[in-house]
Amino acid sequence: MKSAQTMLGLMLLAACLAAAPVRAGDTPDPAPPAPPCDVPAYLLASESSLPKVTDAVKANQPLNVLVVGSRSSTIQGNEASAYPAELQAALKEAFPSATIDLSVELQGKSTAEETAGTLVKLVEAKKPTLVIWQTGTVDAMRAVDPDEFRTAINDGVVALRGAGTDVVLVNLQYSPRTETMISAPPYLDNMKVVAQQHDVPLFDRFAIMKQWSDAGYFDLFSTSHGVDLAKKVHACLGRALAKFVIDAAHLGPVQQN
Amino acid sequence: MSSIADPIAGAPAADAKAEAKSDTRSEARAKAAAPAITLPATGERELRLDLFRGLALWLIFIDHLPTNLLTWLTIRNYGFSDATEIFIFISGYTAAFVYGRAMLEGGFVIATARILRRVWQIYVAHVFLFTIFLAEISYVATSFENPLYSEEMGIMDFLKQPDVTIVQALLLRFRPVNMDVLPLYIVLMLFLPLILWLMKWKPDVTLGLSVVLYALTWQFDLYLSAYPNGFWAFNPFAWQLLFVFGAWCALGGARRMSRILSSNITMWICIVYLVAAFFVTLTWYVPQLGHIMPKLIEQWMYPINKTDLDVLRFAHFLALAALTVRFLPRDWPGLKSPWLRPLILCGQHSLEIFCLGVFLAFAGHFVLAEVSGGAALHALISVCGILIMCGMAWIISWYKHSADKGASKKGAAGNADMAGGGA
Repeated sequence: MKSAQTMLGLMLLAACLAAAPVRAGDTPDPAPPAPPCDVPAYLLASESSLPKVTDAVKANQPLNVLVVGSRSSTIQGNEASAYPAELQAALKEAFPSATIDLSVELQGKSTAEETAGTLVKLVEAKKPTLVIWQTGTVDAMRAVDPDEFRTAINDGVVALRGAGTDVVLVNLQYSPRTETMISAPPYLDNMKVVAQQHDVPLFDRFAIMKQWSDAGYFDLFSTSHGVDLAKKVHACLGRALAKFVIDAAHLGPVQQN
Repeated sequence: MSSIADPIAGAPAADAKAEAKSDTRSEARAKAAAPAITLPATGERELRLDLFRGLALWLIFIDHLPTNLLTWLTIRNYGFSDATEIFIFISGYTAAFVYGRAMLEGGFVIATARILRRVWQIYVAHVFLFTIFLAEISYVATSFENPLYSEEMGIMDFLKQPDVTIVQALLLRFRPVNMDVLPLYIVLMLFLPLILWLMKWKPDVTLGLSVVLYALTWQFDLYLSAYPNGFWAFNPFAWQLLFVFGAWCALGGARRMSRILSSNITMWICIVYLVAAFFVTLTWYVPQLGHIMPKLIEQWMYPINKTDLDVLRFAHFLALAALTVRFLPRDWPGLKSPWLRPLILCGQHSLEIFCLGVFLAFAGHFVLAEVSGGAALHALISVCGILIMCGMAWIISWYKHSADKGASKKGAAGNADMAGGGA
């Protein structure tokens, strides 16, 4: 009787021990619950297309993405959590069979004009399929003439297209604490204008972050010195950007096999 | 299609206006005997100007706050132009009205001296606002270090060189966001003696010169540089057009245009333009409508340049002004109603209330940043700000009419007060 109980106990214990690793094996690295950072569909829809990206993915060729940006394209000391890395992860998730290469070119203090001059060389060196050009912040902080800014964006986009890559523009961050110091609207408007003129998809980071702030997903006014908020926002931005790219390249779940 | 009904509807208002204008004209003639320019008679205040300047001040305040419910009431959401146009135009109008009289009665030197005193007042007000701004951002710089915004925080770098920054601010070359209107106004007022002197000679030629300068600005990209880099957010070379146009209207231009203003063709052109502008603006806020806009028009029209006072903005303001003058006669009884009193009071003390509005906008930003509140708090802050502005306007007018009564015999100063202190 007693030995039977012991046996049962041992068996139960063994079963538990055996079951535990199995359950863990079902879902490797359980992903942290996704922060609620939905983006309204219109902010992620673009009428423009990314033909090179479409072709590369459909032909099962490696997708080579180059992110050119300023300091808001990274989190100092936590580059792996910044939006470019999140974008790469999200793209890999969407196209498990494709090779997604991604490199980041940070030009912390360059205006759009200065960056535009380096783009062709960068493309020659890295041969990207897609260049994601995040810009505007440095120009807004230095109050560069919006007309010159527009010309610079225009030249950059033309150069990139000429070098044979697709382009996505990414605009400024929504930064409520510095709203009284940095005048973003002229730069946002001019990026929109160039995007329209050249049919370039524009990822409206500003509007998206503002939407998150208004909806209460993130407290962008926070005085916290921690890196947590930055990581969460970048994770959401990376995922939204991936959705945006996939949508603009017409690689929605239907087309993809 | 409405050509039969329109003359009947349009005529009385236009007639009344023309009559009022010609009355004042003959009086001024008798008084000043100036052949080129005419001034309305003393004694009657143009309440419409106060009303709309007060409105412009409220709207500028709301526009300076973060977007909230009340922002949807501001005119920039319904067309190209915004409150700045109204403010600068009315400022030109009243400044010419007050100092034009001074120039006719006291001569060029006296008028210039009084204008310069006014410029000094505006300058001091600007420096005062800058001090408050400096306090605010110093606070943000020391207490806010979010890694998400490490790049944007670079804007505080100028605090590392306070000597240079402060001197540049005194030179009007370093201007924080939302503090661009007063420097523009200072520059425009500095040139007012010249403008008035030319107007006294030939008003139409002066306006023509102003248009030429505006065209040259667009052609040759004239601008004033700012510190540490960049340019003036309101280009005085372009915005002078509105100011001079205001002055021209004040000195008899409005009267001479009354025939054009009362014509139905003008009215319909204005209405069509305003409606078209409204639909264009609608596509900014309802992006789903974006694809309705023909690409060609978009490419021709955008960007609508605020810095250089885009022609589309100027035309939009003209259309608004033309319809306002047509449908709101100067003797409209509503102007005396207590409901519009707060607006008119604010418009009558525009410099003080403008500065207060800029300060309240800073304060509002600050409160919103410290207290995380929803849309209701945003709206509450806007409403409180407007109430404070009205209260202050009431106190100022109480000072002028009661507290300061008998302190000094106001002769010339009374005139400046007439037109909202000329501001």
